[in-house]
Amino acid sequence: MSERPAKPRPHPTPTSAPYWDGLAAGEVRVQRCDACGTWVHYPRHRCPSCLSDRLSWHTIDSDGSVYTFTVARRPTHPAFADEVPQIIAVIELQHGVRMTTTLVGVEPDAVRIGLPVKALFDPGEDGVTVLRFSPA
Amino acid sequence: MAGLRGEAVVAGFVERRPQRHFGGTPLLTLEQWADLAADALADAGIDPRDVDGVCCGGDIAETSHFVPATIAEYCGWKLDFAERLDLGGATSVGMVWRAAAAIELGICDVVVCAATQQPRPAPPLPEPPNPRAGFGASSTTWGSPQAEFDIPYGNLGQNCGFALYAQRYHDVFGWDERSRAKIVADQRVSACANPDAVFFDRPVSVDDVLASPVIADPLHMLEIVMPCSGGAAVVVTSASRAARLPHRPVAVTGFGEHLTHKTPTYAPDLTTTPVGPAARRAFTMAGLRPSDVDMVELYDCYSITVLLTIEDSGFCGKGEGLAFVRDHDLSYKGDFPCNTNGGQLGFGQSGLAGGMSHVVEAVRQIQGRAGDRQLGRHDIAYVSGTGGIMSEQVALVLRGT
Repeated sequence: MSERPAKPRPHPTPTSAPYWDGLAAGEVRVQRCDACGTWVHYPRHRCPSCLSDRLSWHTIDSDGSVYTFTVARRPTHPAFADEVPQIIAVIELQHGVRMTTTLVGVEPDAVRIGLPVKALFDPGEDGVTVLRFSPA
Repeated sequence: MAGLRGEAVVAGFVERRPQRHFGGTPLLTLEQWADLAADALADAGIDPRDVDGVCCGGDIAETSHFVPATIAEYCGWKLDFAERLDLGGATSVGMVWRAAAAIELGICDVVVCAATQQPRPAPPLPEPPNPRAGFGASSTTWGSPQAEFDIPYGNLGQNCGFALYAQRYHDVFGWDERSRAKIVADQRVSACANPDAVFFDRPVSVDDVLASPVIADPLHMLEIVMPCSGGAAVVVTSASRAARLPHRPVAVTGFGEHLTHKTPTYAPDLTTTPVGPAARRAFTMAGLRPSDVDMVELYDCYSITVLLTIEDSGFCGKGEGLAFVRDHDLSYKGDFPCNTNGGQLGFGQSGLAGGMSHVVEAVRQIQGRAGDRQLGRHDIAYVSGTGGIMSEQVALVLRGT
């Protein structure tokens, strides 16, 4: 049996480091544009609404709801074969912030759009904590 | 509004038969490109020495840079217009309006637009492993938003992204999986009238589609394109030159293009797609309404792509797509001919040439060269291209002169 390839992991950049530092501290921190008020995720160097570079970091509520999801019945990459059926979801958080995640601790058939979910901070051996969600 | 005047036309084309298991002689992609160009120019009746424009994609394996210049050098052309497009599945459709615009601007007169998708000969030395193998078109490069925020959660490739769209669509507008599956079944009727289709003589029913394995909820295997080898090219030229050529000229009378995002997570809205603004521009430019067209050739990497494109292009209202599909026959025999060659779902997806297959079929129909599946009314076609995950879409209106 061939060895499963390593799972791809996030590698922070200087701009995104505060987000990952937040997850390591058990908080969801996202940017807000001080010029136009837009909430911004993923982290950027400039606001995707007005291109201002006046972005500041804020901790937001880590409870959210399922915006959309799919259940990968076949792995999207061999590295995820052990997670099949893998529930890949887009979660909507406070201020309309959306992010990609996987849902854990729930059967695929129980997932619905709108399902309330809570954050689960998942530290990796590489020192990076990723953000998963499970039913609230 | 500013736009095309219909003075640039598609004069000829070539298309390789899609194959799941390639049975020909492998060639370098530059060689395949030159073959496609030669055959399309011969079909158009244009001397290869008259070529002064090229539109190509990212499919030339022999070089990652200076691609148009390499093609010019390889084919012996002196070009006044050279474009390399990066619009994913919309690349080929995007080539056609760029070629037409360049011709109407007067900067060139004969533009070859081509896409290759056949195996290359084995190299003498093993090539280094591709670090992106298995990740499809998703970028794993450090600093890429996908690499950092999406791929680590399994959100990569195409199936997952289109499934995220489909799930949201059904949640908002209703769960009618049979209508979504009917798109596949209707198109397969047309594939069964196209001997070049990979699924020729392989009809499927709505029940067959829904009985195929779910790959990414709610999408079933038969709602997903079959990757094939192949290749296609068209020649775009001026209407004045085309008047002396053998085939009925097919004018590019309208186009639009719209891009909004790469990954669905960051799309403005998962129920509305970029083809809307593109289609409105294309129809306005052409002076036509959606109800004026004789056929639609819609990019169909997935069933859901067709559904969203029918709606957002204006063939029915928002949220009415499932009922529209239920109430119309989408086959070449039907009252809403959609993907008359079988579409990529029935014909096969030959890489970027899959996008070109929609242009080629529209031209073939308008020129009256579609054989058993020839439409009775075949003057006006609407063609769409889709790249990424509803990320970037192109619309064309083509009209026989």
